[in-house]
Amino acid sequence: MKSLVFASLGLAALLAGAPAASAKTLVYCSEGSPENFTPAINTTGTSFDAAIPVYDQLTEFRRGSTEVVPGLAESWDIADGGKTITFHLRKGVKFGSYKDFTPTRDFNADDVLFSINRQWKDDSPYHNVSGGKYDYFSDMDMPTLLDSVAKTDDYTVVVKLKEPNVAILANFAMEFMSIGSAEYADFLLKKGTPEQFDQAPVGTGAFAFVAYQKDSVIRYKKNPDYFGEKALVDDLVFAITPDATARYAKLKAGECHVNGYPRPADIAEMEKDASLKVIHAPGLNIAYWAFNNTRPPFDKKEVRQALSMAIDRDAIIKDVYLGAGVKAKTLIPPTMWSQDDKIADTPYDPEKAKAMLAAAGVKTPLDIDLWYQPVQRPYNPNGKRIGEMMQADLAKIGVNAKLVTFEWGEYRKRLQNAEDDTGQMGWTGDNGDPDNFFFLLGCPDGKPAGNNIPKWCNAEFDSLLAKARTLPDQAERAKLYARMQEIEHDDEPELLIAHSIVYEATRANVVGYKQSPIGTHAFNGVDVK
Amino acid sequence: MLVYFLRRLTLTVPTFIALMFVTFAAIRLVPGDPVEVRVGEHGISPERLVYFRHQLGLDLPVWQQFLDYCWRLLHGDFGVSLSTQQKVLTEFLTLFPATIELSLCAMLFAIAIGVPAGAVAAVKRGSLFDQGLMTVSLFGYSMPIFWWGLLLIMFVSVKLELLPVAGRIDLINYYFDQPTGFMLIDSLLSGQSGAFLDAVRHLILPAIVLGTVPLGVIARMTRSSMLEVLSEDYVRTARAKGLSPFRVIGVHALRNALLPVVTVIGLSVSSLLAGAVLTETIFSWPGVGHWLIESISRRDYPALQGGVMLVSTVVIGVNLVVDLIYGAINPRIRHGR
Repeated sequence: MKSLVFASLGLAALLAGAPAASAKTLVYCSEGSPENFTPAINTTGTSFDAAIPVYDQLTEFRRGSTEVVPGLAESWDIADGGKTITFHLRKGVKFGSYKDFTPTRDFNADDVLFSINRQWKDDSPYHNVSGGKYDYFSDMDMPTLLDSVAKTDDYTVVVKLKEPNVAILANFAMEFMSIGSAEYADFLLKKGTPEQFDQAPVGTGAFAFVAYQKDSVIRYKKNPDYFGEKALVDDLVFAITPDATARYAKLKAGECHVNGYPRPADIAEMEKDASLKVIHAPGLNIAYWAFNNTRPPFDKKEVRQALSMAIDRDAIIKDVYLGAGVKAKTLIPPTMWSQDDKIADTPYDPEKAKAMLAAAGVKTPLDIDLWYQPVQRPYNPNGKRIGEMMQADLAKIGVNAKLVTFEWGEYRKRLQNAEDDTGQMGWTGDNGDPDNFFFLLGCPDGKPAGNNIPKWCNAEFDSLLAKARTLPDQAERAKLYARMQEIEHDDEPELLIAHSIVYEATRANVVGYKQSPIGTHAFNGVDVK
Repeated sequence: MLVYFLRRLTLTVPTFIALMFVTFAAIRLVPGDPVEVRVGEHGISPERLVYFRHQLGLDLPVWQQFLDYCWRLLHGDFGVSLSTQQKVLTEFLTLFPATIELSLCAMLFAIAIGVPAGAVAAVKRGSLFDQGLMTVSLFGYSMPIFWWGLLLIMFVSVKLELLPVAGRIDLINYYFDQPTGFMLIDSLLSGQSGAFLDAVRHLILPAIVLGTVPLGVIARMTRSSMLEVLSEDYVRTARAKGLSPFRVIGVHALRNALLPVVTVIGLSVSSLLAGAVLTETIFSWPGVGHWLIESISRRDYPALQGGVMLVSTVVIGVNLVVDLIYGAINPRIRHGR
């Protein structure tokens, strides 16, 4: 009996709560481990999130929006019709420190040159460190766009472009253009451990990196000298929690404060829970069904319009997106500047679709291939299910769609080479600039291996796209984009299906957290009450 | 005994060769290229694709890649992870203590409950306890780990708020270096008050979930082995000599009945490591199981090949040790009779 009492007491002690913490800590339940902490050499949102607390860029997106605002550059001038950008750097910006490294100088132009040259120049001593893959630098066409990057003094950097492109200012705000410490890089190079640069980051951000335990936790501490919107908590902890149900349970139990990736199936229950807050916004993405405009009968506008009218997108959003999607009217999502809300929606009208097909001289039954995406993407929760629903809709107007797919890499490659009749594809915006969406329908990308999947080329659309890149004034650019949306809607090179809705959840006592349209997660200005 | 040991050791060589081939071939049979799988909608230019495939040695003929892989392996080089650019062996050694800690605790839980329960069920054969135990152990054996883990999290952690949901330690209140990688030891070494108990609290649910399947197996094996032993002449003799029931069952019967249970425990190591893959994912446990899953999705050939080889080496090693122990306690085995 006595031993039973002791055992019970022991168990009670074991199950007793933990002591209260003294410093204020914010815990973010992240969905995975970062590949490393240098955004230039990785491509995943998980890795970007882990670097964001530490790093800044020359330009930045205002927290919670895609508006480009000053970052490490406090201002910039655009000259030569958009071909020269002069960045005026902020003075007195301090780098954080890490164990054996304490910076001896403030941020200056050398750090900018180092960070760009590492990605751009083969002769940079860091170019081949950690694999040397600079996917985003290449994907955003930086090697093609950049002509020269030079400093005129310690706080002025002049960027010359090969052709005008004001949208590049948004590229400078992207994570891959994060500015690291050249002094830290030199220090590590002399020490013989340059790889540490990518594993233990030193930056100018709102938090300084403290430690990382693989698959377990990342720790940061507040940078009290931060020049921008300061951290309101002392410590930031990323609790790596890959399973979505465990993330939800941890949030519910108060073991973390922010869950960046809740499951759509849990949203309804989360919204009923008074201890939680759910926030949502249409994602910076688009799912579409592309018609191969180079193949008959899809080269006829009327056929494309008829096939588009045959698809019941409301049903797809209800059944496949489980409501977590909005019907797309234009290529760009409603949260992005220049989206033209006046564009009329493509109606669901099978009867009219049938008549239009007949009027276009298409004999039914018509056999077509319908390629569906083999993997889940942020904008497409289930390509196969969407394909099956489209197949059923098309059957109603006498079109027999054969469902086809390949392994993801192969699928994308074949679509880019226009080997399909019709195929599902989509896009997730990189930098919040409309150009980053509209280029998808530009003629240069309509060549084989280009990202213009419908292989549609419209001269007026293309010239407006090029002209918009030369205009520094956003309102002027928006006018051109509005016209481009009209052209696209009228010609229907693809059926725009949906923009997915992105959900995030926090504890109710978290204040100041803003959802980023770009899908990243930042915690300066966020407090726990 | 030495001959037996050498014979068993020699038998592991073909197993290793087969393993090298299977790990190499299996990952290559999964559709998807390690370079292309990184690429999203942007795609990759043919030039860059060729360049990176060359860098990774993927442009070489497959047989040459295999020979290179074997050669490096024989020199103890498990390669560098494609996604993190860290040495595979370093990553494995960082994560493996967490898996060992979890597996040991799960096995401890399974043995501590399974052996006594199986023995009592055998002694009280046909009783309600016996029937109940057999039903529960069958249930435990067939239960999907994922479902069981989530059920426990929802009930014990979220509903009753008795134990933490996931992870190895309370990240808000405790932060210390982990020189050994074993949280129970490191929390003790840290000297932070309450850290050890917190680490134990974090271990309870994952250990129960991972230990449930071996618990079912051990309980059933102990019961059937005990039933066999209890009907032996020497047990009857012990009873006839007037020994107490505790001595008869606890010393004479159970000790002999445990022989096959030892083998089952050894064999359970591989199923524990397989179960750890799921358990670690549910409980955000930073071990090798979750790491291997991630490596598959990233088509990280070196991490996956190296990881599987290292885990398999551990399983083969444990099985070898179990064989040797069994050979030591049962001479009929080592003499091949």
